[in-house]
Amino acid sequence: MIEDPSSSKSPAARPDTAQVDASCRVPLFVLFGSAVSWAVMASALALIASIKFHSPDFLADCAWLTYGRVHAAAVDAQLYGFALQSGFGAALWIIARLGGNRVSQPWLIGVGGKLWNLGVLVGVIGILAGDSTGFENFEMPRYAGWILFLGYLMIGLWTALTLHRRNEGRLSPPQWFFLAALFWFPWIDSTAHLLLLVFRVRGVEQSLIDWWWSDNLLLVWLSLTGLGAVFYLVPKLAGRPLHSDRLALFAFWTLILFGSWAGIPAGAPVPAWIPALSAVATVLTLIPLLAAAVNVRQTLDGHCRALAANPAFLFVGFGVAAWLAAGVMRIASALPGISPITSFTWFGVALSELHSYGFFAMILFGVIYCSVPQVAGLEWPCAGSVRAHFWLGSIGILLSALPLAVGGILQGLKLNDAGTGFVELTKGTLPFLRASTLGDLLMMIGNLLLAVNFVRLSVRFGRARLAPSCASFAADLKPAEVKP
Amino acid sequence: MSCGPLVFLAAFFAFAASWFGLVLAPQFQVGRLQQETNVVNTTELYPSARPGLARQGLEVYRAAGCAACHTEQVGQTGTVCDVVLTDAGTNHAALIETLIRSGLGRSNPGQYLSELPKPVRQGLNKEEADFLATALKSAGAKADVRIVPVGPDIARGWGKRRTVAEDYLYDDPVMLGSLRVGPDLANVGVRLPDPNWHLRHLYAPRLEVKDSPMPPYRYLFTMRRIGWQPSPDALQLPGEFAPPPGFEIVPKPEARALVAYLSSLRTDAVLFEAPMTAPSAPAAATATNTPAK
Repeated sequence: MIEDPSSSKSPAARPDTAQVDASCRVPLFVLFGSAVSWAVMASALALIASIKFHSPDFLADCAWLTYGRVHAAAVDAQLYGFALQSGFGAALWIIARLGGNRVSQPWLIGVGGKLWNLGVLVGVIGILAGDSTGFENFEMPRYAGWILFLGYLMIGLWTALTLHRRNEGRLSPPQWFFLAALFWFPWIDSTAHLLLLVFRVRGVEQSLIDWWWSDNLLLVWLSLTGLGAVFYLVPKLAGRPLHSDRLALFAFWTLILFGSWAGIPAGAPVPAWIPALSAVATVLTLIPLLAAAVNVRQTLDGHCRALAANPAFLFVGFGVAAWLAAGVMRIASALPGISPITSFTWFGVALSELHSYGFFAMILFGVIYCSVPQVAGLEWPCAGSVRAHFWLGSIGILLSALPLAVGGILQGLKLNDAGTGFVELTKGTLPFLRASTLGDLLMMIGNLLLAVNFVRLSVRFGRARLAPSCASFAADLKPAEVKP
Repeated sequence: MSCGPLVFLAAFFAFAASWFGLVLAPQFQVGRLQQETNVVNTTELYPSARPGLARQGLEVYRAAGCAACHTEQVGQTGTVCDVVLTDAGTNHAALIETLIRSGLGRSNPGQYLSELPKPVRQGLNKEEADFLATALKSAGAKADVRIVPVGPDIARGWGKRRTVAEDYLYDDPVMLGSLRVGPDLANVGVRLPDPNWHLRHLYAPRLEVKDSPMPPYRYLFTMRRIGWQPSPDALQLPGEFAPPPGFEIVPKPEARALVAYLSSLRTDAVLFEAPMTAPSAPAAATATNTPAK
């Protein structure tokens, strides 16, 4: 973090890109490999939850698989298992790449990653067993929270040290984003953990902290990490420098300043100044939205078509578009005329799906598809499945989020018309939920393709690594080596 | 940007501002709320902690993730005033004249005055209501101005007034919910007071609500062979929902606790920050010590 331009080492002392990538191998295989497994697990759980809307009796007699538990487990597996974990991996790789230095203590980061996964596993099992905390997006039970935090400390500390020991003195935009994300996560996580689960606050203060946590994780943390990756990958893939560092810095500050105040829903049973302030902050998130969009657009400057051949670029492009769309939806739903219609409806679910899957997960898939071949020194075994994953993922997200958004608006209009019976209006949302289940299914197949590809690449990597030693085992012994 | 510590410090202060604003400041304002004594017409404190079984039910509600589909917060778009004539007094001629002048009671004034209390005008704003009430009083009658919260949630019967921070003081965890796949439950104890309805509804939702998308919670019940005589707790289930002959469905303690919690959900006390006039306030004040309905 402490920075001194004179500290840039001479080119001779700097490891080359291949050496930097090699130092990322252990932590990235742990973090990305587990993240991909959790993505598959989360989408399978989400599919089970989604099917229950069409057939409420589906798996209903097992307490572990009742809707409320499966839904919470799916959300948390996606959030903690995939989103946060892959975000840590992306931050580490890009920080090491931009700093031009080897990762500090890659094995300890790997151990931290394993600890994190233990925490997610314990937490998801805890939620299915009925130990959910009852706080939205913070359902992980207290005992899992401790393991997660310890795991994060190991990952975060050595990622920060990797940044500190960089060879490139100047901090570039992706590094600010990752530095802020690295620092903000333990703050919000410890606040939520301590005030909601250990020294429990009373009354609606609990809900306020939960909303604050959700907003700072979903809007601020995911955007910081996702944009960090975008500002690294887009110039890299386009082969052009980032249009403007200053504009990126402007997006960074305004995102932190305004994004961290958003998230308290209008009409919440709390003193009126809180949702009012939050609505203003939400509307002001238009500024980072536009700043980042302009920066990406100017960097590409009409080279999109040529880049579409690269599947990693497709993921990133879709992610940026989904981020803009989700941002516009968020701002619209904070406006006083619209918020009474969208609140408590599927519109909010569509918004968070578009943000978490459409934006963040797609960007991170792009990072995984870019980084893993570099780190492993191998190409993806099945190049076709990368493209298939993109189409399944993007169509899946659109099929899931668009019908929910439209259905949510219709549901909201009917909720505001007391003349419409409640069961009738709920039945009206079912066709939209059906389309969204199909979207969930497509996303799950896409995630499975990535998982299979990842496993095949790991097997190849293992074989390539083990082949020399296997060969020496299998070779015939020379007579001189055999003792008489 | 070539100054790492400056980036760090500025980010630190930006983040800290949000923490102070949305975590610490509300803690001083709502985290330390105490029971209120301003429940109209009584001296009791509001809210009171839920009874023990209901508190266990809150844990069942939490564990099953009910808040994924049900909210526990009622909104309102505003309040209107109704003017209610409670006593016609003795000067009927003057009163009828006032009523006719305000556009009412033209058809059969005599009968109009016989069934009191009776709303004279509804949906007025405060000034109009006060003006009418003063006019009625100057004609020798007694008239009340009643404050009535309005909004789609209230029109659906989900509550009498909007919910406020005070209502959740003793709930832990507070599960306000964010999605209404099912109806709001903030006031379900008043709306659906029958525990047996809740038990049957949990066991087989479509038995009580046709086409309900709610999943059944049969794991909160046990099916057992009927012993010497049927259990008094056994659910009365018709037709397709009934257990096989010789068997009965009885709720587990978790089901009872959950129903006790649902029955304890009522946010209809009159509070300073959520003004309304309780329709039966005078009777409630003299007859019982419970919160006014």
